[in-house]
Amino acid sequence: MAKLNLLLLLVLVVCALGLVTSQHKARKLFSELERAQTRARELDVEYGKLQLEASTWALHTRVERVATGTLGMRTPDARRVRVVSVGGAP
Amino acid sequence: MSAAAPALVRLPVWRARFVMAGLVAAFLVLAGRSFYLQALQTQFLQEKGEARYSRVLEVPGTRGRILDRNGEALAISTPVQSVWAIPGDVAADAAAVRRLAAILDTDARELRRKLEDTSRDFVYLKRQIAPETAEQVARLGLEGIYQHREYRRYYPGGEVTAHLVGFTGVDESGQEGVELAFEASLGGTPGSRRVIKDRRGRVVQDVESIRAAQDGRDLQLSIDGKIQSLAYAALKGAVAAHKAKAGALVAIDVRTGEVLALANAPSFNPNNRARLSGAQLRNRAVTDVFEPGSTLKPFTVALALESGRVSPASAVHIGNGGLRIANYTIQDPHPETVLTVAQVIQKSSNVGAARIALALRREDLWSLFDRAGFGSAPQTGFPGEAAGRLRAAETWRPIEQATMAYGHGISVSLLQLARAYTMFARDGELVPATLLRSDAPAPGTRVLSAQTARQVRAMLEQAVQPGGTAPRARIMGWRVAGKTGTAHKQENGGYAADKYIASFVGLAPASAPRLVVAVMIDEPGNGQYFGGLVAAPVFAEVMRGALRALGVPYDAPLEPVPLPGAGEEAREST
Repeated sequence: MAKLNLLLLLVLVVCALGLVTSQHKARKLFSELERAQTRARELDVEYGKLQLEASTWALHTRVERVATGTLGMRTPDARRVRVVSVGGAP
Repeated sequence: MSAAAPALVRLPVWRARFVMAGLVAAFLVLAGRSFYLQALQTQFLQEKGEARYSRVLEVPGTRGRILDRNGEALAISTPVQSVWAIPGDVAADAAAVRRLAAILDTDARELRRKLEDTSRDFVYLKRQIAPETAEQVARLGLEGIYQHREYRRYYPGGEVTAHLVGFTGVDESGQEGVELAFEASLGGTPGSRRVIKDRRGRVVQDVESIRAAQDGRDLQLSIDGKIQSLAYAALKGAVAAHKAKAGALVAIDVRTGEVLALANAPSFNPNNRARLSGAQLRNRAVTDVFEPGSTLKPFTVALALESGRVSPASAVHIGNGGLRIANYTIQDPHPETVLTVAQVIQKSSNVGAARIALALRREDLWSLFDRAGFGSAPQTGFPGEAAGRLRAAETWRPIEQATMAYGHGISVSLLQLARAYTMFARDGELVPATLLRSDAPAPGTRVLSAQTARQVRAMLEQAVQPGGTAPRARIMGWRVAGKTGTAHKQENGGYAADKYIASFVGLAPASAPRLVVAVMIDEPGNGQYFGGLVAAPVFAEVMRGALRALGVPYDAPLEPVPLPGAGEEAREST
């Protein structure tokens, strides 16, 4: 009888310790998750900003202004353009 | 002193029993109470307990982006912060409030007033500020001032796509344009989750996800950013040059029915809508109707050809006194007394069109207009789509049948007109217009025979040659076909003598049409008002750029197109 009780006590202690460790692990993982989520939000903010920035730089009116003004480019005369078709179909 | 032991007093037995009963009663009360709390009240108490530490947090769902057909963003949601306060909890001195006001860029007195109004539990100090500004506010570390995250819509295209894309309100729900039309798929649904917070308000445990947040879907439009920006620039330039009230342009891909460009002028900046007038907000191409004038003549002629009554070479007697119906005379500014059917289109003869129409049954004319989509909304899903006005055939008087032939007494939107012209471009098939990208060619509905459509197309090609009404619509490298319109504006039930709507609807390349472009300029006020002078150059500019952008093969000799000389341009009166 006493042997059994001792055995049960041992099992109980092991279980209790297991519970403590798993709780601790859960807390740690959770704070890691929170950190990752915060980082995801920050990246989201940054992504939005970069998207806006990219589309602002790539505005057609701006591209045209830079091309004609700064780079001195112009639209080619239709006579100097060759239209080639892919796959033989016109 | 006798050491008498205290006499053993025999207590009455009821006293012990009394104490016993008292104890039992006390235990019973305790047991009853604990039963009451544990079994009967348990749910309520547990909720109360949880409420001390568990919170339900809202998880926002992001609104989908709106993209053009090449994946360029036309509308993006980016996170911003909103600053709010619980006035009763704020203990900020005047200096701190001034600093806060400086960061938020608001009036310090106004801010003070908001913070001192302790009758309210919640007050927004400023909504939707940039994340960097929010960071500065947080660093002030003021008590009772909080922030939460919101999303704000930005429109990189600005005024170029303003009418088309529309905009959202401060709560990110669509209010205009595509934002409103596709609200259901764009809008995200916020979710919520239950968490446990510690004393300092930090989340320490996720209990459950009550509802997962659902992000809105991205929407890819049929619009081509390049053509759209070209169209807007050309339209804006023409409206300014001709001192016009407004202008609109629609470009449709003939094969798929996709709207490649939809521009309006005047426009507005959707990112800053502080001062907007109704005129700026109007999407004229879709929601406004006008009497199209001569651009409807090809439909009348097509019906006449279809019925077999005339051929393109048949002669139509014009006469020089005009055509008198009841007590109204239809006039032509042209000197010719006899024109062929093809020349009626080329020179835009009102009398010719009226004579052709009077030889047709009014029910047939009505039916053609109806099948061309006039009088019913184009079903693109755009909010406020105008259906136009097409009266029932039984109510037409002969004079109305005659004027309808050249586009008076009927009103259409520019989108309807552009779509109707796809029947000439697709050899008789009308294609449904769509604002969403679709890569497969769309099936059309047959309205005319292929032969009739080709004949009308040949006539429309004549109209842009020297001697026609719109030689300025030609472009180098591609054959163009199209029709001008110069309609008097309706005003107070009559027609204004000096106010016009100049329009041009055309297609190119004429050998294998790819695009239909319709241009409308409202009240050109600079002396010139003919569709061929005002609207056709806009058409040419946009068509040239669009065909190049799409890589459409040339079908005309590469010779510069000369501007028409004196007397080479026919004038029209509608």
